[in-house]
Amino acid sequence: MELFSLGIRSIFIDNMVFAYFLGMCSFLAVSKKVNTALGLGAAVVFVLTITVPMNWLLNEFVLKEGALSFLGESFASIDLTFLRFIMFIAIIAAMVQLVEMIVEKFAPALYGALGIFLPLIAVNCAILGGSLFMAQRDYTLAEAAVYGFGSGIGWLLAIVALAAIRERLKYSNVPNGLKGLGITMLITGLMGIAFMSFMGIDL
Amino acid sequence: MSTETAEKTAFKKPAEAMLSKRRKKLISDPLVDDNPVTIQVLGICSALAVTTQMKPTLVMALSVVFVIVMSNLTISLMRNTIPSRVRIIVQLAVVATLVTLVNEVLKAFAYDMYKELSVFVGLIITNCIVMGRLEAFAMGNKPYDSILDGFGSALGYSWIILAVAFFRELWGSGTVFGIPVFDTISSLFGEDFNLATNGLMVSPVGAFIILGLIIWVQRTKTGYVEH
Repeated sequence: MELFSLGIRSIFIDNMVFAYFLGMCSFLAVSKKVNTALGLGAAVVFVLTITVPMNWLLNEFVLKEGALSFLGESFASIDLTFLRFIMFIAIIAAMVQLVEMIVEKFAPALYGALGIFLPLIAVNCAILGGSLFMAQRDYTLAEAAVYGFGSGIGWLLAIVALAAIRERLKYSNVPNGLKGLGITMLITGLMGIAFMSFMGIDL
Repeated sequence: MSTETAEKTAFKKPAEAMLSKRRKKLISDPLVDDNPVTIQVLGICSALAVTTQMKPTLVMALSVVFVIVMSNLTISLMRNTIPSRVRIIVQLAVVATLVTLVNEVLKAFAYDMYKELSVFVGLIITNCIVMGRLEAFAMGNKPYDSILDGFGSALGYSWIILAVAFFRELWGSGTVFGIPVFDTISSLFGEDFNLATNGLMVSPVGAFIILGLIIWVQRTKTGYVEH
């Protein structure tokens, strides 16, 4: 039940886009069509679900203060937290590469659909942000997995909703200076207001 | 001996001035006409997340200036030795090292700021402006030019986030750099006069809307239209 409410919270209340502005670059760049948005969103869910637990293991058994104590007494006082950024990003880049190769080999159709988005994901801040929040909030492994999956779903929902709105927007008459990025920012703001209504839910 | 030096100088191209017209353009272009945030749509994440107050925004801007300039310089120095297949990993490693440096310095000398910015310092690694400049410029240009280019882009980013923060802090909390503005104005006009702050500006929604409006104003001025 705890896990369930964490999942719901990470999808709606702590939404990656509307509460923390993570992954905005690709959120704005790839939200012109629903289909491509869906593809990128699925890739993000996939990678987040894998990398957050992976980084949890890394953090728990290598980086945390005293994490190396299983190697012996003299390692117990070592604190490698400062290596967090570089190790997390290395894991993410490696996992993305690995996922890309596996998908290419075993699911060519999915690869065709996700193809160009996968490499992009290594530099999506939602992915790194997910891992950093996980480390900061001291989740357990199960919580980390649920959090990774939930925040991925939240991001997917946000980008698909925005893409749907932008598809309709093509037929409206937007002032010149506001075309493209400007109106998209304003729409995202309005969507943010809608998502704020979830804040009242007590889980 | 003297003829040899004469020959050498004769073959040498005239050195480009330290701040030639082309180099000035490297700095000035990203400020308005080719702004990384409002025109190229990069680095939005951190542009919005830290801008509720001016102070953390300034710290963020300085960190980004440091990271972009130094990473541009490093990558530009290494550009001929990086195999193109692994360049993204190399770039990420360089950027992550610099960001770790910034993070540790903040932790040591400005702990409050470190707490306030929390994960967003780490997220400079995935700030698309940094990676974008490395890919688009530093991989193919000389170190000095790369420094100027990085500096220009970082300044373009900085003034936008400072502008967003200014309006968000002023309207959201009624202060600028922590100095109460609304209270002072209210007290000038007597007790009945009261300037209310808008809570929406402190919330993420305010950031989206302010940035959207800034983009509108800026693009109308430059005449840039997206199709």
